[in-house]
This record gives sequence, structure tokens and C-alpha cells, in this order.
Amino acid sequence: MIRFENVGLRYGLGQEVLRDLSFRIDGHSFQFLTGPSGAGKTSLLRLLFLSLLPTRGLISMFDSDTATLSKDGRATLRRRIGIVFQDFRLLDHLTTFENVALPFRVVGKDEASYRAEVVELLQWVGLGDCMGAFPPVLSGGEKQRAAIARAVIARPELLLADEPTGNVDPNLGQRLLRLFIELNKSGTAVVIATHDIALMDEYDARRLVLHDGRLHVYD
Amino acid sequence: MSTTEPLKTLAEPWDGGETASSRALAPAAPTPIVPGGSIAGRSLTAVVAIMTFLAALTTGAVMMVVGAASDWQAEVGREVTIQVRPVPGRDIEADVRAVIALTRATRGIADVRPYSREESAKLVEPWLGSGLALNDLPIPRMIVVKLASGSTPDFAGLRGALAAQIPSASLDDHRGWMDRMRTMADSAVVGGIAILGLVLAVTVLSVTFATRGAMAANRPIIEVLHYVGATDRFVANQFLRHFLMLGLRGGAIGGGSAIVLFGLIQGASAWLAGTPGGDEASALFGSFSPGIAAYLGIFLQAVLMAVVTGWASRHTVNRTLESID
Repeated sequence: MIRFENVGLRYGLGQEVLRDLSFRIDGHSFQFLTGPSGAGKTSLLRLLFLSLLPTRGLISMFDSDTATLSKDGRATLRRRIGIVFQDFRLLDHLTTFENVALPFRVVGKDEASYRAEVVELLQWVGLGDCMGAFPPVLSGGEKQRAAIARAVIARPELLLADEPTGNVDPNLGQRLLRLFIELNKSGTAVVIATHDIALMDEYDARRLVLHDGRLHVYD
Repeated sequence: MSTTEPLKTLAEPWDGGETASSRALAPAAPTPIVPGGSIAGRSLTAVVAIMTFLAALTTGAVMMVVGAASDWQAEVGREVTIQVRPVPGRDIEADVRAVIALTRATRGIADVRPYSREESAKLVEPWLGSGLALNDLPIPRMIVVKLASGSTPDFAGLRGALAAQIPSASLDDHRGWMDRMRTMADSAVVGGIAILGLVLAVTVLSVTFATRGAMAANRPIIEVLHYVGATDRFVANQFLRHFLMLGLRGGAIGGGSAIVLFGLIQGASAWLAGTPGGDEASALFGSFSPGIAAYLGIFLQAVLMAVVTGWASRHTVNRTLESID
């Protein structure tokens, strides 16, 4: 599904922050992306999410060479990927329902066509009672579940999560992990970037370890 | 697209422990993705309204000047004057009679009326005072010649005949005066166009700054929209909708105010017609009677301002989005 070959990334004229990355992410797979702070986890996630282009090497996503894609082409490809941030990135002026439905709105779908689906997903993540609430009144756990719901509502083939448990307590972190595992069982490939060793010990999965800009894969 | 199975078939993963039933409000009409409050809407609406108002006033003023100049030219162009100077050794009264006879014989002349000695005295009264002994002063006599409608008399021939037969008479067809009037009217039009250009430039600059500010303030929203797969066109439309509405609102307020003002001035000038003040204003500025064309012009200007607002914001949004990836 995703293939990196000798990928390097540098910002401006600085040193390479990612060097010679070669790996694959297969459909339906589950992996943790880990490494010390500053190792380049977020940069790698940004490459995976097409918000950065590599300075060298090849990234092939869904059989497309990302270097040859137009900006609109990248936007279309992003619809096949869901992303969850540590800081949620919910839009405070939209209700929880509207935040989760955002991926449908940007492709021009009518609300009537997705309303039932969004309601169902919100109920599934335990936010059925918060559909009309705005993010500022949600708890941290509720915000993260809303962010996850937004990331998966359009049934992405790949789900990226950047420190999804960083802002929640360990108990809630475990529950969120179970949510990701359920999503993976439903067919979505999952990449969770984290440096929470305890969280990774909860589930036996492939580990992509970044160190000094280089990637070590432990299957 | 997706290979995932429907989520509803999944086992219930959440026990629903953290919910707040009081917040289960059903979403009403979709909220705009870019909140209107994040755009300096009122200020920009005021700028567009003021600029539309100024543009309409400029157009109205130019139309009034051009109309008055045209009226003056039409009025002055319908008559010429012949001046008979008192010359030693010549009988001025005989010269006046000869000029009248010669002029009446010319084709295209509707009426010839000499100013009497008393009327001539009145012409110089503001400078020399009343009660003049006209015989003591070499005051020329004026003869007003009205032209027949649609005719173009042979002024060169008349001027030649006057020079040959009555050397003390000279014909003034007001060409110099009319040329100056035409120049003044043309200058007013050029000045008006320049002011309209400045008004449009200020509007474009204001909209550009406001759009940049709005995009900077909403940068997190733009990023989230990109994350969920929005194209630049979708993002741009979220902003353009606001700015187009804002331009239409500003244009409507400014144009509407100008229409109301024009209506009031028109009503006041009609109400004051016949009074000394009204007549003086009418003589100075012509009759202020904007017709349907003027009101249509104001309406079109309001639409133009909205279009300019939309265009300027689209240009800025697209340029800003190009720099964001």
C-alpha cells in the first residue's frame, strides 16, 4: 500500500532529519512508530500524510508516485488516509457532529446522505450524547475520540495517529488503543506514533523505530 | 475506495462512561466552516459601503458637471453676439441698424435683438454703478443673434461682410468660451475617472489586507481542511463566500445611501425651484435631475464593488493557498 525507497528529508539547507528510509506499510497492518523526541517521528508522519515531500528517494502510495502528484492529486489521495493528532485539531466553532462530518463536507456530500453514518459512529465511540456539543466543552478523552471519529468516518485505508494518548491518562490511553485495534480489525491499516513504551507493550505489533534519522523495523 | 468493513458491524468498544446527555443537541443548519466572526466583516463592509458611496457621488458630480456644461453649451451655441464699438466719426446707431439689416439677411438666423442703451448700461452697472451719463462713455452696443434650430449660418461670410461694411462691428460666435467649457467638462470626466480608479484601488487594497488577515487568523482551519482532503478550491470557496456577501452588503449600503441622497437632492431642488436660491443653484450647477440611467449606474457601481471585492479576495486567497502546503 505504501512503499518508501531510500527516502531522505531535510529542511532548507540543514542536515537530513530522515536518512535512507526504506520500508513498506501493508494494507490491514498495525504498527507503532517510535523513537526518542526529535528522532523525526512527526516528519515521517508528515511524509506519510503528504504534507511534506521528500528531498530524495521514492514514496509510492496507493500505486502513485507522490513526487508526480499535483496539489489536487495529493488532496484526493489524503482522503484515503485518516490522521489523528495529539492536540486533536478539532474546529472549536463546529459541533462534534460537524467536526466528525467534515471529511464528507469537503467532498461536497449532502448532510442527509451521511447523517446516519456520523451519528452511528459517534455512538460507537461513545459520543452519542455529545453530538451538538462544541469541542471546548468536551473532556480530553471525548476530544480525542471525536478526532478519531473524524479520521475514520470516511473509511480510510490507512490511519495515522500522532501521539494519540499523549494528552490523556493511562487508563484512557489503553481504551483508545483498544479503539485503534478494533478499527484495524475492521480493515484499516494503523500507524501509531508514540514514545509510550507501556502503551506499545499492551499490544504485540510491528515496531518502526526511528533513531538519528534512520529507521529500524522490528516485525 | 476503502477495504474496511462497515463500522456498525464492529463490537461496541466504548462503554459510554464519559458522556454528557445535556450536550446531546441535534445540529441545526450547517455552521460555516470559516466563522464569519473571524473576518473583519464590519470594518470591511463599512469600507466597501463608503467607497461605493464615494464612487456614486463622484459619478453623480461628474454627470452634473457634464450635464450643466452641455446645457450651457447648447444655450450659448444657439446664439451669437455682435458688438458694435463707438468709433469717432461714425454714427453708432446707424451702424447698429446696418448690422441688424445685414444679419437678418443672412440665412439661418431666427431673431436679431439689439440691446438698448439702457440695457447696455445695466450690463456695466455692477462695475460702474447706476445713473451713468451713457453719452459720456464709449460703451459698445450688443446685438444678440438667435440661430434658427438645426441651422448652421455662414459665420465666415457674415464676419467678412461686417468687416467690409461696418468696420466697428465684430462677431463673437462664443467658440472660445465653448472650447473652454468643453475642456472643463472633459477635465471633470478625467478627474472623475481618476477618483473612481483610486476608489477601486483602495477597495482592492482593503480587501486584500482583510483577506490576508482572515486567512492568517484561520490558518488552523485551513490546515485541518487540508488534512481531511479538501482541495484548494474548496478552501478558497469557504472564504470567497464570506467576502462576496460582504462586498454585496457593502455595495448595497453604499449604493442605497447614494440613491437616497440623490433622491433627496432631486426632491429639494424641485421644491426650491422658483425661489431665488433655487434659481441661483440651478443657474450654477444646472438642473440636478438624475434619470433612470443615473440610478442604474449607481446600481451597477454597487455590483462592480461587490465583484471587485470578490475578485480581490479570490486573488489573495489563491496566492496565499499556493504558499501553504
